[in-house]
Amino acid sequence: MKARALWAIVAALLAGSCAKPGDRVTLTVWAMGAEGTAIVQLVPGFEKANPGIKVDVEQLPFAEAHQKLLTGFAGDSLPDMAQLGNSWLPEFEALGALAPLDARVATTPAIDRRDYFPGIWDASRIDGRLYGVPWYVDTRLLFYRRDLLKRAGFDHPPRDWAEWRRQMVAIKRLVGPGKFAAIFPLNEYEPLEVLGLQQPEPMVTADARANFENPGFERALAFYLGTVRSGLAPAIANTEIANIWDQFDRGDFSFYITGPWQLDEFAKRIPADRQDEWATAPMPGPDGPGASNAGGSSLVIFRRSDKQDAAWKLIAYLSTPEMELRFHQLTGDLPPRRSTWRAPALAGDAKAQAFLAQLQRVKPTPKVPEWEAIATMMRTVTEAAAHNDMPAAEVAAEIDRQADAILAKRRWMLERERKKPVAGAAS
Amino acid sequence: MRRSVAAWTLVAPALIALAMFFFLPIVAALLLSFTDFDLYALADLHNLRFVGLGNYLTLLKTPLFWQALGNTIEFVVLGVPLSIATSLGAALLINSKLARFRSIFRTIFFAPVVTTLVAVAVIWRYLFNTRFGVINWLLGLIGLGPVDWLGSPHWAMPAIVIFAVWKNFGYNMIILLAGLQTIPDDLYEAARIDGAGPLAQFRHVTLPALAPVMLVVSILTMAAYFQLFAEPYVMTQGGPVQSTTSILYLMFVQGFQFWNLGYATAVAFVLFAILFALTLVQVRLSRRWSGQ
Repeated sequence: MKARALWAIVAALLAGSCAKPGDRVTLTVWAMGAEGTAIVQLVPGFEKANPGIKVDVEQLPFAEAHQKLLTGFAGDSLPDMAQLGNSWLPEFEALGALAPLDARVATTPAIDRRDYFPGIWDASRIDGRLYGVPWYVDTRLLFYRRDLLKRAGFDHPPRDWAEWRRQMVAIKRLVGPGKFAAIFPLNEYEPLEVLGLQQPEPMVTADARANFENPGFERALAFYLGTVRSGLAPAIANTEIANIWDQFDRGDFSFYITGPWQLDEFAKRIPADRQDEWATAPMPGPDGPGASNAGGSSLVIFRRSDKQDAAWKLIAYLSTPEMELRFHQLTGDLPPRRSTWRAPALAGDAKAQAFLAQLQRVKPTPKVPEWEAIATMMRTVTEAAAHNDMPAAEVAAEIDRQADAILAKRRWMLERERKKPVAGAAS
Repeated sequence: MRRSVAAWTLVAPALIALAMFFFLPIVAALLLSFTDFDLYALADLHNLRFVGLGNYLTLLKTPLFWQALGNTIEFVVLGVPLSIATSLGAALLINSKLARFRSIFRTIFFAPVVTTLVAVAVIWRYLFNTRFGVINWLLGLIGLGPVDWLGSPHWAMPAIVIFAVWKNFGYNMIILLAGLQTIPDDLYEAARIDGAGPLAQFRHVTLPALAPVMLVVSILTMAAYFQLFAEPYVMTQGGPVQSTTSILYLMFVQGFQFWNLGYATAVAFVLFAILFALTLVQVRLSRRWSGQ
């Protein structure tokens, strides 16, 4: 320990003696997938505006990012800042890896929290503290076949579940056997997660108890299972779909719950003369317009970084409406700020506008690190139930039981934490 | 004395490397399997609890573990004999006196072993597709109904077996081919003079001469097949309804997806125990046979 301190002093002295006013700070940033490619094109403008900072972007494939970030934490080799999926924030907050950003936001007028969609801003907050600045948003909603819906006798997308169900039954009757009204790929948990988020009660309570055994979630589960079991949606996983766009184009299914990354794909892969046949619509809820998930990624600063000021400058630069718009043009990702949405490129895009409507009603998924494990378990239990006829209430009870087991450690920790201050007061 | 010091000095670097990079991690992993090491423990070691055999007991009570074990055994029971039979058949064909272009066929049969698993898995997913796949089209030609290969819990594992056998049989084929080439021609000649037909020659000359090679091949194949992971990871993600979740896949999900390292290492040690026991049985059996 002593030796390390000594070395630190030596290193500091060396660094100090070498540092000249013109020396540049090198900021390391990890970004993933298409965003990683896009940020490389935005960085030169930032470096020009801030000659003292050099930005080093490392691109990670999405499939490996999570593991690489955790290994980076365990090995103390995290970068200064990164793009972090909103659903991963609770995990890295539990690790204590993230720097809180409230004080910085308060002194940075360029990042106006009131300009952000509230649900998205809330997704980056844990226990009242902000740990990330939303960079782009992913929320799921309905992609549907307008022409088939019209032929089935409806001139508008569904507003609530009852109407949605009626439309699915009518479409199924129209397309006949071998085709379906909707698709909920059984290996994706997101469609059911969205239906669960639409309910008034949270799926995990603040004291880390599973809360799936309630009328709201049971109603969501019954709707989901009912759609699959009655043959309105096929009981298949998306690994069995060779080409989703082709099958959508042929009318194999008319409703598909997916996210903004499909806007580009649908535009590209469905023939140009049939682009009018599909449209997007906000999620219908149990009674009226419904909520969806506050997905997407935020920009975070890691606590161990000694270049947090420089990192914040980059975050502020990337979060301006102009940069968000350029980022949107590069990636197709949807911006988290309302003022960016007023740009003609977005305001004039009817298919993107459904997302604008949905963004007014987004909810973060339960903010516990175990959420992915719980959602994955929920998906497996539901997938098995899709193949049998267990009542929804029993399926919900099973999910509840398993989720409680997954959350056991967290409850133990909360319990210990709760006892601590009492012990302090007694002494 | 002196000589033994010299010997120890000479092997010391290898032993130290082995100890540091092999035995030490194994001991550490064993200790880890007695704790509830997870994300919270990674954040702060105070959150680590010693749970004794808790992970192992939980594992035995988890239906998914038994399902994964059953899936893995199904894969081994279907896959190992099929793989060895295919390898042997291919080796016999290539070794046949009638065969032409041997090296070309050897290369063709060996090619799947050296191709990238992910790339060929994508192609096999197309081949297995229920509606547009070539396999179902061929089955249709002989009047068999479409099989939902990757979507049905009953057919997904057989599909994985077919894919894995296709991917791996070339490797054993090379080993068996080498074994076939060591059988002296005199033996076949003597058998022919005694009136043995091709079948009798295969049964009384080829198989006994190949027995030691077959033993090695079966131990290696069984050990490899018990560690099924990449095929379901790429083809089915353990589904449908977890019918292709293997023990190693379960370990991966728990360890690297959810970071429950204590639990995941317990899974790994259970797999180790199973493999160790099976290998012992195989070696025992082979000793008894060779003793006869």
